[in-house]
Amino acid sequence: MSDDIAIRVRGLGKKYLIGGPQVKYHTFRDAIVNSVKAPVRRLTRQGTDKSTNEFWALKDVSFDVYQGEVIGIIGRNGAGKSTLLKILSQITTPTEGEVDIFGRVGSLLEVGTGFHPELTGRENIFLSGSILGMQKREIEGKFDGIIKFSEIEKFIDTPVKRYSSGMYVRLAFAVAAYLDPEILLVDEVLAVGDIGFQEKCLGKMESIADSGRTVLFVSHNMAAISNLCSKCILLDKGKILAYGSSEEVINLYLNSMKKESEIILPEYSQRKGNGLVRFTGIKFFNSEGNDVNNAISGKDFIISLEYVSKENKPLNNVMVWITFYGLHRQLLFTLNNELVGEKFVNLPPKGRIICSIPQFPLSSGVYGFNFDIAVNGQIEDWIIDKAILTVSDGDFFGTGRLPPDSHKGFLVHHNWKSEGI
Amino acid sequence: MTFPPTVTPLATAGEREPTIKIRPPKKWVPINFSELWHYRELLYSFVARDVKIRYKQTVLGFLWAIIQPLFLMVVFTLFFGNLAKVPSEGIPYPLFSFAALIPWTLFAEGLTRSTMSMVSNAGIMTKVYFPRLIMPISGILSPLVDFCIAFVILIFMMAYYGFVPTIAIVLLPLFILLALMTSLAVGLWLSALNVKYRDFQYTLPFIIQLWLFASPVVYPASMLPESWQFVYALNPMVGVIEGFRWALLGTNPPEAIILISVCVVVVLLIGGLFYFKRMEQYFADVV
Repeated sequence: MSDDIAIRVRGLGKKYLIGGPQVKYHTFRDAIVNSVKAPVRRLTRQGTDKSTNEFWALKDVSFDVYQGEVIGIIGRNGAGKSTLLKILSQITTPTEGEVDIFGRVGSLLEVGTGFHPELTGRENIFLSGSILGMQKREIEGKFDGIIKFSEIEKFIDTPVKRYSSGMYVRLAFAVAAYLDPEILLVDEVLAVGDIGFQEKCLGKMESIADSGRTVLFVSHNMAAISNLCSKCILLDKGKILAYGSSEEVINLYLNSMKKESEIILPEYSQRKGNGLVRFTGIKFFNSEGNDVNNAISGKDFIISLEYVSKENKPLNNVMVWITFYGLHRQLLFTLNNELVGEKFVNLPPKGRIICSIPQFPLSSGVYGFNFDIAVNGQIEDWIIDKAILTVSDGDFFGTGRLPPDSHKGFLVHHNWKSEGI
Repeated sequence: MTFPPTVTPLATAGEREPTIKIRPPKKWVPINFSELWHYRELLYSFVARDVKIRYKQTVLGFLWAIIQPLFLMVVFTLFFGNLAKVPSEGIPYPLFSFAALIPWTLFAEGLTRSTMSMVSNAGIMTKVYFPRLIMPISGILSPLVDFCIAFVILIFMMAYYGFVPTIAIVLLPLFILLALMTSLAVGLWLSALNVKYRDFQYTLPFIIQLWLFASPVVYPASMLPESWQFVYALNPMVGVIEGFRWALLGTNPPEAIILISVCVVVVLLIGGLFYFKRMEQYFADVV
């Protein structure tokens, strides 16, 4: 990573006019009619309210990107991520502000840019490559690689309108993957096709990220972002909320999402299960019995689930599951009372179930968990994809040392020794 | 983490020049000729694409390029030549009108395609950067293939009627260029206007119809009274068609007309380029 700057953005803003007479599918007649009406409007002070007609997709955006950096851009839908990329790609002009770019830019804002259904795969490779910015000789040199990557050798001379959608996106991505600019701007075009091909796409993105190119990568896939990008920009309603290490920014983002989607457990309606028993609250505690918000690696962690039975009868044969998931939505571990031989019989109709985890074994980060309660083999309440737990760094090993950010995962107690042979 | 983000101080002297500078829209935007040259292969790709898809999945294929002007020639000969007995300066009427229809079709097709070029390529325009001038330019170039095919038929017709081209034939490429520049000049204005006001693509058929009769396709320019000749020559296609007939069939050399036509085209073209470049800054937002 050099000290040379690749992209310099200062005070960028983009304003759109929404609704109102200005942006409707414009006819010349409307323009003439509007200009005739204008003096009348002024006289009667019927002017359209400027503030409701204007929409700032980006405002006051400033940041620097150095050569070789791979930067993720994340944020809610409508935060301004695609608008930012469009301005950096010179597709649309900013309303205010300046951008200076040092190097050739290639933009991947869509899969299959320029593809024409009547042309064959071969012809489309040249057309699309040309549109993306490659010279003919360059495309010829990469032609075999593109065909191999896309896995459609047999169909290369058939018109693209005959391709299946999977073949189409594979070919489109293959062409885009061989684009070789100094600065690459990518907008959520990752991972198309079946699982096998998606792996290939991610692998290709990884090699691009490792190659020393400068990459700006917009995505909603937090796992891909944390994998590929060292730093992240968080956009919210057109402004930069944060710019720092991917881990910190992603955590900030997920936490803010969680705050926004906080539910009141007793009233939450999108839960599964028969409903005879319902969870009414979750609390977390530490080993001293204090109410906490986070878990700490290596410290005892206690989850308390409060419940109520609709039928007001004692509950027999109760089984409770808590399952933890990582950023990739991969299952990490599961907790269940029967696994540890704890049988819940004759539970009061209203009470709480407490699960204690000694020396919480996950590295710092944000994790999701699902939890459910089953009575006599019937799932009564099941909360999915709603609960989030933030884990903070703690002294798991008792040595004050923790694995580096690149090696975060489970923390496992272990011993070492050496012997002579 | 930086919160708000720190930024490096603004450029100090001795720093390298940015490759790309992105700034808010300006009123007058210079034309970047070196950039256009850099994108010449893309221009070729667009023209090749338009030519290839034109006749895909047709049985007659490129024959369609000749059918349209031939058909018009037959209709004109029947109604204007035979029925209305329009004079044709001593040349057999079919040849007289066909020699005009070939450059006319080049112009009309070029104008239509370039006017629609941006709207029909809206998908690409909102996803990738390239100088937008490429679009109308590709629009006027793609009918050249049809032109060449129809030209071959014209040669056969000339041979059939026993006409040999004059020495002025060497100027023929210039007249072709004049036709192309006319369709480009008007196409720049119309395509830029059409992005925002879609009326223009609907007015186009009317404009072309009117223009056909305002040009010496079915009648010779000499039919107009002297006092009208100047105004008439303000239509650049008058210069193109009279020039074509002069070069191929030996009618009177139309020097004054050509001079006026060239001036008009130059003015329209320069105005069109500036208007287009200014509007280009807003295309992706409005298309």
